[in-house]
Amino acid sequence: MDILVCIKQVPDTSKVEVDPVTGVLKRDGVDSKMNPYDLYALETALKMKEHQGGLVKVISMGPPQAKEVIKEAYMMGADDGALITDRKFAGADVLATSYTISQGVRKMGDFDLILCGKQTTDGDTAQVGPEMGEYLGIPHITNVLKIVEIKEKSIIVEMDMPDTIEVAEIQFPCLITVEKDIFQPRLPSYKKKLEAKDKEIKILTINDFEDKDDMKYGLNGSPTQVERIFPPSINNDREIWTGTGDKLSLQMASKLKELKFI
Amino acid sequence: MGKLICNQENVNESNIEELLKVCPFGAIEYTDGKVQVNAGCKMCKICVKKGPAGVMEFVETETKKVDKSLWRGIAVYVDHVEGTIHPVTMELIGKARELASIVDFPVYCVFIGHNIKKKAEELLHYGVDEVFVYDNKELKDFRIETYTAAMEDFINKVRPSSILVGATTTGRSLAPRVATRFRTGLTADCTILEMKENTDLVQIRPAFGGNIMAQIICPNTRPQMATVRYKIMNAPERQRDPKGTITVCKLEPEKLKSQIEVLKVTKKKAEENISDAEVIVAVGRAIKSEKDMAMVQDLADLLHAQIAGTRPLVEAGLIPAKKQIGLSGRTVKPKLIIALGISGAVQFVAGMNHSDRIFAINKDENASIFHTAHYGIVGDIYEIVPRLVKELKCTGA
Repeated sequence: MDILVCIKQVPDTSKVEVDPVTGVLKRDGVDSKMNPYDLYALETALKMKEHQGGLVKVISMGPPQAKEVIKEAYMMGADDGALITDRKFAGADVLATSYTISQGVRKMGDFDLILCGKQTTDGDTAQVGPEMGEYLGIPHITNVLKIVEIKEKSIIVEMDMPDTIEVAEIQFPCLITVEKDIFQPRLPSYKKKLEAKDKEIKILTINDFEDKDDMKYGLNGSPTQVERIFPPSINNDREIWTGTGDKLSLQMASKLKELKFI
Repeated sequence: MGKLICNQENVNESNIEELLKVCPFGAIEYTDGKVQVNAGCKMCKICVKKGPAGVMEFVETETKKVDKSLWRGIAVYVDHVEGTIHPVTMELIGKARELASIVDFPVYCVFIGHNIKKKAEELLHYGVDEVFVYDNKELKDFRIETYTAAMEDFINKVRPSSILVGATTTGRSLAPRVATRFRTGLTADCTILEMKENTDLVQIRPAFGGNIMAQIICPNTRPQMATVRYKIMNAPERQRDPKGTITVCKLEPEKLKSQIEVLKVTKKKAEENISDAEVIVAVGRAIKSEKDMAMVQDLADLLHAQIAGTRPLVEAGLIPAKKQIGLSGRTVKPKLIIALGISGAVQFVAGMNHSDRIFAINKDENASIFHTAHYGIVGDIYEIVPRLVKELKCTGA
């Protein structure tokens, strides 16, 4: 079976701050890594390949330096990968991003299964997977906890619902998003690293897509608009206590009592 | 809509550094004497507003406009498992009523399931004008194709201006699918919702995984869609007398087909759920090892509290994933929360800042948690917590 895994490069730090005076965003360092949730999706794909054979491909969208996460996927055992990158994709919201990636997926071939992590650590929306499912016209299941059985034309999974755990069978082709801890992600291997050194990373731009209408991508293809960004409001009903450990613990104990928590 | 344009002639040696640095996403590149914006751009337009004068410019382009007067009402998706309505639904009804009153809109609910007509009546005690019910045996379990089909039918029939969906696992699966079918925007995990006179829904959420709030609108498409977590909004009081009507809708058999078959549904074991906790002791990166958790446990026991924590602690394996507070974990709204050694990234704060009383202990007086805490205690948790435990024990807790 052929599996495609969607991966994303995210900042290694969540330290994005707004300068309270100028309102300018500050970001320390530019370290990036693969979205940790994607590691579980990739591991799931590699495990399936070990059992069923087939190919594991990865796709990502981002600036040119996001090639790094494709390389990392190669080091873990992915067979092929592509990066979607084009200035025309700048400012894409969830809808435009999902459309862009689905266009890229179509260029990568036919897949039985598309795997995504449950969300990214920078956007935290968990929306791109389901939206791609809709664009590709395939059903999806989110929050998959466990792969129960892989059949020839379907897969049985356990999914996490608000108050229940459901076992469901879903026909291929389909898209699933997997929970953290579905499998323990392997470490990149040195051998694979050497093999992957000169391995090609395909670059896909708008010119490679079936749909080249630039009104559907980037900011133009995004129904949502960011009106403004601002630092979170500060709670004004607050006090700051300083002093020795002895003083502070006493002060806190009496406050907890006064508020009747003890 | 529009695009960013760089007035290359205004770029020079003295301002290029400033320009490159102003972009928080490193999306501005300078190669061969030319400025280019790469795919990392989030269109925050900081470079226009705060960058060197006259260099970056935002040019509006013509966009298709939607006739907003054709879209009326605010709809709430009724989140439920086998007819048991999730309380986030009532919270969203409360918010929908508030928003609707500004523009004189009705409030709708859309309820999809099997044998749910009776349960729909309960919603009329919360001030909903009309509940649209899709009741079929094929809709017994949540399956993406059939539920999306029902939502699609509802939207085409009713044309609601905005749709609010609870950010449960079901809601987070359904809402994006529906939004895509209508090629419209969806904002995840909104923490503040407001309504403009022109019926644009103002959606505010923590963004970019950092300490920033983003105010988002969806001005050219309808319906506008937002998901909201449980315990963010306030549920209205249940009224004794029901008001409003129930409308039963039919779906063509064609739309009830699915590629998914639910084989088995198991109720989760009743386990402690931090979303329902009245008192929480939350731990952050200052906790270094399993051993340190002992004093935290002591404090939690004295306060009858549940222990929860931040993402790094989950990643370090010190607390289970279900006990994670924040955007990628759970939202909590307890009567008391004590944050131990937590710096206070928005990722975390967004999941707990509606708590009644917030205590925070942190060594760093500049920690942003102190912007949120009602009682900010500048000190070392390893000095304070053991003493506090002793103190509380002495007074016969």
